[in-house]
Amino acid sequence: MSDAAKPKSLHDLPPGSVFDPARAAKLMTRHGHGGWLGLKYHDHGTGWMELALPWREELVGVPETGVLASGPIISLMDNATSMSVWALCGKFVPHATLDLRVDYMRAAVPGRTVIGRGECYKLTRTISFIRGIAHDGDPEDPVAHVTGTFMATHGTYL
Amino acid sequence: MSTIGSTLPPYATALGIHIDREEDGMPVLAVDFSDRMMGRPGFLHGGAMSGLMEMAAVAALRAEMERRGETMRLKPVNVQVEFMRGGTQQVTYALGNVTRAGRRVALVNAEAWQDDRKKPIALAQMKILLSPVDGE
Repeated sequence: MSDAAKPKSLHDLPPGSVFDPARAAKLMTRHGHGGWLGLKYHDHGTGWMELALPWREELVGVPETGVLASGPIISLMDNATSMSVWALCGKFVPHATLDLRVDYMRAAVPGRTVIGRGECYKLTRTISFIRGIAHDGDPEDPVAHVTGTFMATHGTYL
Repeated sequence: MSTIGSTLPPYATALGIHIDREEDGMPVLAVDFSDRMMGRPGFLHGGAMSGLMEMAAVAALRAEMERRGETMRLKPVNVQVEFMRGGTQQVTYALGNVTRAGRRVALVNAEAWQDDRKKPIALAQMKILLSPVDGE
């Protein structure tokens, strides 16, 4: 592939193209909201994906304590769970978040990087079911739990 | 413009979220479309939309507490967000509505819309724990 034809955004990839999580995360975190948040690739496996959200002053929700706002946590989990779907079906399928529920166990410790682990536990032709946790160092002591669904908008998962 | 619902945190101001106006004493938040708010090309990021609605929910609850003359510490318990339409490249508004605020916990709904108020792009329902600031 020539330099000129290299995709600049995840969504420049044709639907159904082979999903490479590390490469896709690089594309996703270069622009837009994910880029501004500073999201980074952390790890992945079949059906799961981890992204990192480094702490930053600009992302604070409680200035007195330095605790991160909940918005960046939702975005982290939206992106990590979204990519976990492609990490399960093995291809890039454009989709939209239908719903997302976030339970906040506790505030993330100021200064610590938050890791978002998304997992896709069921695929149908058009709906994917996801869950995940966010933690700031110890996966056994999560900051948040999430669950939700996505819908394929172009093509099908299966 | 009064500062009903208190000031917004760094996260909100960095995204350009601001108080646009008041409706029945509740703050209507607004944010311009920008690269920082974008998910897939040309569309609002779902997380950014959720962040906006959470800010609106908290601002509405603070306004309600102010009206009651109470100062409470707010701690989010959970949020459920429904995405109904893709957000496009225009101003997005959000308004919270306090469904129930007791002594210990509050349930607040929030809605986000763009050019057509009757066609919300997303809904959020948030549960928030209340505790007195003096720690009684």
